[in-house]
Order: sequence, then structure tokens, then C-alpha cells
Amino acid sequence: MDSQLIAWVLAAAQALLFVAAAPLLAGWVKCVKCRLQNRAAPSVWQPYRDLAKLLKKRMVLAENASWLFRAVPYIVFGAMLLAAAVVPLIAVRLPTAAIADVIVLVGFFALARFFTALAGMDIGTAFGGMGASREMMVSALAEPALLMAAFTLSMTAATTNLSIATEYVLQAGLVLRPSFLFALLALAMVTVAECSRIPVDNPATHLELTMLHEAMILEYGGRYLALIEWASQIKLMIYAVVIVDFFLPWGIAREFTAAALAVGAVAVTAKLMLLGVLLVAWETVLAKMRLFRVPQFLGFAFLLSVLGMLTHVVLETGG
Amino acid sequence: MALAELGLFSQAIILFAALVLFTSFIMLGQARTLPLIFTFAWQGLLLAVVTVLVAYVSKHPDLYVSAALTIVLKVVLIPWLLYRLSVQLNMQYDAELIRHPSLLLLGGAGLVIFSYYVALPIVRLSGLATRNTIAVSIAVELIGMLLMCVRRNAVAQVIGFMSMENGLFFSAVVSTYGMPLIVELGVAFDVLVAAILFGVFFIHLRDSFDSLDVVRLNRLSEADEPMPLQEAAGARPPGEHS
Repeated sequence: MDSQLIAWVLAAAQALLFVAAAPLLAGWVKCVKCRLQNRAAPSVWQPYRDLAKLLKKRMVLAENASWLFRAVPYIVFGAMLLAAAVVPLIAVRLPTAAIADVIVLVGFFALARFFTALAGMDIGTAFGGMGASREMMVSALAEPALLMAAFTLSMTAATTNLSIATEYVLQAGLVLRPSFLFALLALAMVTVAECSRIPVDNPATHLELTMLHEAMILEYGGRYLALIEWASQIKLMIYAVVIVDFFLPWGIAREFTAAALAVGAVAVTAKLMLLGVLLVAWETVLAKMRLFRVPQFLGFAFLLSVLGMLTHVVLETGG
Repeated sequence: MALAELGLFSQAIILFAALVLFTSFIMLGQARTLPLIFTFAWQGLLLAVVTVLVAYVSKHPDLYVSAALTIVLKVVLIPWLLYRLSVQLNMQYDAELIRHPSLLLLGGAGLVIFSYYVALPIVRLSGLATRNTIAVSIAVELIGMLLMCVRRNAVAQVIGFMSMENGLFFSAVVSTYGMPLIVELGVAFDVLVAAILFGVFFIHLRDSFDSLDVVRLNRLSEADEPMPLQEAAGARPPGEHS
């Protein structure tokens, strides 16, 4: 009974830590990017200041905004919060991990995206509708690739549960699996597309020709904008942690002792910092592509995950 | 046979075999001439790595000679010949229009599944550690053939032909630990001679048709039928090329 209670407390603490640390990852990525481009970097805590400022500001709503427009920030943030609770950050075997698997995780993302697109169209401005249609085009192509990559990984681990799959990879040790390599590449490409990073979208600009995600949330301000931005930072963190869990799970805590948890926290911090640097390097060498080349980009991601599944069947299990 | 039960070197064979297949897919989707040639060179290099690993694991030292031959011919000599030719013909930055690229790649995936079913009986009978890669080698061969079928550019067709030869060599290495050395030498020199002949053929094609588009070969210069609309704009009148 007592250990059960500790596990639940730990699960809640981990989810809170996840949500609290997400702006830090975004700040780290921005900081490294500025350094790499020879600019003066803002502090890594800058996203917290931005969020605090936005939370304090008064809100201005359009006259024709319906209840949907006001509900969407909470729905999006709630979906991301639930998704963050499912992903093992510093420990596996937490009770919340049993609630949902990878497919439900993809479902949470789809739910958040659906409501954001609705909110984009709710006000009736041209930008909102354009952004919603573009976002839907990108996600309709990214989702099959994401699901195929998840299926490839879960075929090896024989489960779609993230926590159990992580433990499986930990137990198997170092195995050179071509299917994991292809799935990793596919997952990285989908992450870039879904988190509106550079070759697909540039979250730092407000140019009407290049906006995808920003165009939908142009009408939001104050507390609502803070919630939506925070949710997109959590989303980036979820993708990063899922990649870390599947491909580099070493160091994650398997029992609930203070030492194991500390090791898990340090390991996941180091891995996320490394991943952030890789993301920045990728964003710096690539230029943003035209919108009509995005289907080709995501089609390639889908091909990679199909190839991952094929190599799993052909090469890793045998006849 | 589960992958985790194999040794690290056998796992590396399988990983590099998958990468060879991946380069085949890249070639299928690559429209530009120079990256296509470089991808072909990469495929040769990965194939050489697989050969060296197979030689090490199966303790067949003659496979090292095959690997060296692969590096000299398919990583250095043939790509260099093709590169020089494409610079000479001033087509190194040309990009070919590929119709339905996604459909083409899915067709490639279909060929992988087909070759898996074809190779299944062989895999059941064989006791080799590399038996799972037989299907991949057949797939590399078939994808080379698909590349030859769908491309209109002569350089891309030659790359497809060479990639088919890569697939043949690959299947020989993984299914019987290589052909006899004399056969391999013969095939290697055949391929080299073919590359040189293709070069001569390119130059003639360029001189007489002003293009490396092989579809134009089908057209008779004496025929007085009206040309298709989209090609009539840039084409010369028939009979002028000599």
C-alpha cells in the first residue's frame, strides 16, 4: 500500500517536472541556436519570463469569438499535460504509464491539433483559415509516418506501452537493429514537422507566406497565448523524450530509490541537451523549404518507417 | 532466428545490408545526376563493408579480394568515369522530372515484399548466418531494374544497370560466400568495359540527338508523323542531326 502511494506521488511529481522543464528545453535550444549563429544568446530562463509576462497580461478577444475559442487553450494544454504524464521521463514502471500507450499519445496530439485548427477558423480571419488548412495538410502526412514508426518499434518490443518498451530495450542491451535506425530517422523528421521546426515551419517569424502554426494562433493573447505556447513547448519535449526513451534509454531509473532517480534525472538532462544541440545543428544547416515540398519530405519519412518495418520482418525475424 | 542471438559482427552485416537497400531507395528517388552518381558510389562502399564483414565472420579470405575489387571499381573508377562524362557533356546539374515519386518509392517497397516471399524457401533451407539478407540482395537487384524501367535519362539507366550488378554480387556474397574468384574478376572487367562503352554511347547519343533522353531513340527520323505537342516545341526537324 505504501509503495503504491510512493509510486503515485512519483508519477505526479514526474508529470509536474515534465511540464515545468519544457520551457527550459525550448530556452536551451534557442540559446544554442543563437550561439551557433554568432548572436548574443538570451538566458535559458527567457521562456519562463515570456510565459510569466503573458500570464499577467490582459486579454483582448475578438467580438465574434465563440466559447470554442475560449475553451481551446485549456483543451490543448490539458491534452499535452495528459500526454506528458504517460511518457517515462526519469523512471519506468510508474502507474501512470499503464494508462495509455503510444497510439493514445498520437491521439492526444491529434486532439490538440484538431481543436487548434478549429480555433484558427473560429474568428473568421483569412490567416486563421489558411494556417488551419496548412497545419492539417502537414499533420495528415506526418501522422501515418509517426504511427508506422511507432508500430515498427513496438513490433520489436512486442508492446505499444512506452514504459514496457523502454524496459525491453534496456534489457536487450546493445543490439544493432536496422529497423531502429530507420524508425529513428523517420521519427526525427516527423518531430521536425510536428513541432514546427525549420525545414517545414519557422516558429520565429510572422511572415504570412511562411507561417503554419503561428497563423492559427495569431488571434490569441495574454493567458491563452501563454497556455498554447507552453503546450507547444511540452510537445517538443514529449517528442524528444520519446526518442530518448526508445533509442537511448540507458540511465533511466528502474526502482524508486533516491540514487536511481537522481541518476535518471541527470541522464535524461544530458541526453535532452545533446538532442537539443543536434536539433539546432540540423536547423542551422537547412533552409526552410517551400510548402509544396513538405509532402515530399514527409513522404520520405513515411518511406523510412515502412522500410524500418520491412527490414524488421525480413532481416530481424527471418523466415 | 532472432537478431539479438547473433554476434555483434553478424548484426553489423545485417545493419549494413539494410543500408545498402536504403541507398537503392535513395537512387530511386534522386532526380539529379551528380547526387545519383555519388549515391551509387556510397552503395558500392557499403557493399564492400558488408563483404569485408562476411569475410571476417565466415573466415573466407578470398572475399577480401572481392571487397577490394568492389572498392576500386564501384566506388572509385566507375563513379569517376560517370562523373567525368557528365561534366564533359555539361549535364552535371541536370534534374530529371520523375513522375509520381511517392508511387515509385511504394513500388520499391512492394518489390522488397515480393523478394521476401521469393527468398522465403531459400531462407528455410539455408543454415548460413547471412541467410536473411538474401531477400535484401534480390530486392536491390529488382529496384535497379525498376530504376532502369522508369527513368528516361541514359545516365540514370546506366546507374540502374550497375546497381543490378551490385545486387547480383551482393546475393552471391551472402548466399554462397562469393563466386569463384575467376568468375568475379570476369564480371568485374565486364562491368568496367560496359561503363566505358556506355560512355562512348552517351557521347554519340548527345551528338546525334542533343539529349540523353532515351525515349527519343524510339522515334524514326524518316517518319513524317506529327510530333507530340510537348516535344515539338524544342525538337529539331527530323533528319538534321547528322
